[in-house]
Amino acid sequence: MDYFQQFLFGIYPYIAATIFLLGSLIRFDREQYTWKSDSSQLLRRGQLRWGSNLFHIGILFLFFGHAVGLLTPHHVYEGLGLSIPGKQLLAMVSGGVAGLLCLAGVVLLLQRRLGDARIRKTSKPMDIFILLWILVTLLLGLTTILFSARHLEGSEMLALSAWAQHIVTFQGGAAAYVANVPLIYKVHLFFGMTLFLLFPFSRLVHIWSGFASLSYLGRAYQVVRQKG
Amino acid sequence: MKIRAQIAMVLNLDKCIGCHTCSITCKNVWTSREGMEYVWFNNVESKPGIGYPKQWENQDVWNGGWKRKADGAIEPRQGSRGKILSNIFANPNLPEIDDYYEPFSYDYQHLQNAPLSETPPTARPVSVITGEKMDKIHWGPNWEDDLGGEFGSRGRDACFEDVQKEMYATFENTFLMYLPRLCEHCLNPTCVASCPSGSIYKREEDGIVLVDQDKCRGWRMCISGCPYKKIYYNWKSGKAEKCIFCYPRIEAGQPTVCSETCVGRIRYLGVMLYDADRIQEAASVENPEDLYEAQLKVFLDPNDPVVREQARRDGVPEAWLEAATKSPVWKMAMDWKVAFPLHPEYRTLPMVWYIPPLSPIQAAAESGRMGMNGIIPDTRSLRIPVKYLANLLTAGKEAPVTSALDRMLAMRAYMRGKSVEGEGNTAALRQVGLSVAQADEMYRYMAIANYEDRFVIPTNHREEAIDTFEEKAACGFTFGNGCSDGVSKPSLFGKRKNVVPVDLTHLRKKIAG
Repeated sequence: MDYFQQFLFGIYPYIAATIFLLGSLIRFDREQYTWKSDSSQLLRRGQLRWGSNLFHIGILFLFFGHAVGLLTPHHVYEGLGLSIPGKQLLAMVSGGVAGLLCLAGVVLLLQRRLGDARIRKTSKPMDIFILLWILVTLLLGLTTILFSARHLEGSEMLALSAWAQHIVTFQGGAAAYVANVPLIYKVHLFFGMTLFLLFPFSRLVHIWSGFASLSYLGRAYQVVRQKG
Repeated sequence: MKIRAQIAMVLNLDKCIGCHTCSITCKNVWTSREGMEYVWFNNVESKPGIGYPKQWENQDVWNGGWKRKADGAIEPRQGSRGKILSNIFANPNLPEIDDYYEPFSYDYQHLQNAPLSETPPTARPVSVITGEKMDKIHWGPNWEDDLGGEFGSRGRDACFEDVQKEMYATFENTFLMYLPRLCEHCLNPTCVASCPSGSIYKREEDGIVLVDQDKCRGWRMCISGCPYKKIYYNWKSGKAEKCIFCYPRIEAGQPTVCSETCVGRIRYLGVMLYDADRIQEAASVENPEDLYEAQLKVFLDPNDPVVREQARRDGVPEAWLEAATKSPVWKMAMDWKVAFPLHPEYRTLPMVWYIPPLSPIQAAAESGRMGMNGIIPDTRSLRIPVKYLANLLTAGKEAPVTSALDRMLAMRAYMRGKSVEGEGNTAALRQVGLSVAQADEMYRYMAIANYEDRFVIPTNHREEAIDTFEEKAACGFTFGNGCSDGVSKPSLFGKRKNVVPVDLTHLRKKIAG
C-alpha cells in the first residue's frame, strides 16, 4: 500500500471530518447571517416541487442508509437473522432505488439551476459546483452497484464497513481495508469525503438546521422575546 | 391575567386619498435594497381588486392564517407542525415572484444612445433579477389603480363574497376605495407559529413582530403562513423580512415613517393593553363573525385601577400606562367603536385597525332614492356596499360596520348643525348612542387630527435608556455579521464573537444597573 492510499483513506477522512465539524461551528458562530437554505423557490416554482422533494428524500435515505449500513457491526445483523449476502442485496436494492430517486431530483434541480435565467443569474458559483459534485458522487455511487453485483457474497461490503468503523472509532490501519477494493469505490469514497470538506463553505450548512427544525414539533406556536 | 402592551395603529380609510406617500417613504427607508426591490412593507391597494400579491385575500388559494379544527383548537391553515415540516423541501403554498411582480428598471440609456431612427426611442423595462429586457410588466403593488382593468379581473376580490357583484360592474354603480396595508403585528401571528426555526417573535414590550435575521434559515413557511402576505422572502439574502413597525423610531417616541408622512393624516398610533392569557380563547371562538367582538374582550381598560395594578406587576412602565389612557386607538376601537380589524376571520387578532370609509350618496339623494334612517342618511344608500366592508373588516357581520358608519354620519350631522345653524344636531347623536362630549372628541380626532392626538407614543424608559454618548464610534444599524449584537446562545467560546470596534455591552449593563 503506497503512501498516497494511506493518506487518502487513513488521514484525509480526519481532515475532512475536522473541517466539516470545526468549519460548521465557526461559521455558525461568526457568520450566522449566511446560514440558510438559500431557497430559490420564490423566483421559480416550476419543477422545484418534484426536483427538490425527490432529491431531498433520496439523499436523506442515502445518508442514513450509508450511516447505518457502514457503521453497524455485522454481528448485529446476524443477530437479527440477516445474512451478509442478504444485507448486501438489501443495501443494493434500497440504495439503488433511493439513488435513482435522488438522481432524478438532482437532474431536475440542475436543469432548473442552469437552464432558468432567473435561477442561473442569482446562483453563486458554489451553488452550481456543489450540485455538480453531488451529481458526480451519486453517479459514482450508482455505478458501484454494478460492481457489487459481481461480488454478491459481501466481501467488499465487509471491507468497506471495516474501513468506516475503523475510521470513526479512531483505530489505526483503516486504509488497509480498502487497499484492494476496485478503483470505483475509492473514487466514490473520495468524492463523498470531500463533500463533507466542502460542507461548511457551501449552502449545505442548512442540513444542520434541517435536523434542528425537528424541535419545532414540540414547540409552542407563539414566541415572545424581550427587547434585545 | 398577564398584561402586555402594544403600540397599535388605526387607519381612517374615510380620509385616505390613495397618494402612496406612505408606501414611497417606507420603501425609501427600508426596502430599497437588492433582493427587496419587489417588497413593499407598506402598499396601498385600490379596492375592489385582487391586490398584491395576486389574490392575497383568497385563502383557498394561499392557505394563510389559522383554521379551527373540529375539536375547537386552532392550527395554521397550511397544516399542523408535522405537515409544515413535510413541506420544507418545496412549499406548495408559496407565491412566486410573478404573483407580486418581477422587479424592473428601465433601459434609460437607450434614450441617449439609440441611433437615429424614424420613431423616437423607448426605454424598455429590464428585469433587475436577470438583467434581460422584459416584454411586458404584468403586475405591481397597486396594479388595479383607480378602477384600472376590467371588472372581471378586479371582481375576483374575495370581499365580494355574498355580494351580488355583477351590479357593481356597471359604470353607474361602481365604487372605489383605498386600502393601505402593512404588517398587522398580530396578537396571534401565524408567521410566528409557522416558523420551524423559531426566528420570528413578538416583542413583549411593544408587541412588534420581528424576524431575527441571524436565526432565519429561509424555510419560507412564514410567507405562506401570513394571510396578509406581509412577510417577504429576500431573494438575495435568502432570509424573510417584514415590516418592523419602524421600531427604532417607536423606541425613540417617534411615529412610524408611514404614519409620520401620511398627508391625509389618516394614521393613528397608540398603546393598547391586552390580556395575553385570553388570546388563545379569543382566536378560537367558533363563529368567525364573533371574532371581532372576541378581540375587543382581549383589550383592557387602562383607566381601570385593577388593570393598572396588574399591569405594573407585569412590568408595564408607568409612561406606557399613562399613554394608554390617552390612546387614540383605544378611543376609536373601544370607546366609539368605529375601527375594526382587517379580516378577523383569519384568527390572527391583527393590531392594525381600519375605520370604514363613507362614500357618496349624492346620486341617490338627487334622484330622490336616498333612504333616510331617522335624520341621518341610511347607510344602505352609500355607494360602497356595507356587506363588502363587513367582509373586509368584521368577517361579514354587518351590524358593527353599519353602526360605525352611522356614528360617523351622525357626527357630521351634529357638526354641520353646530357650524351652520349655530346649534349641534344632538338628535342625530342620540339616535346612534353618542354623547356630545364623544362627538366633539370624534371631530377633534378624526376631522382635525392634530399630530399630538394622532401619535401618543411613550418613549423608552429613562432608566432603560442607553447613554448615546458612550456609543460614539460604535456600529450603526447592520445585518448579521460584524456589528450585530443579536443574542445567539450556541457559541464556540461561551459568548458570541462579534467584530465590534467598540464593545459597549459591559457599559450598557452598568448603566442599566
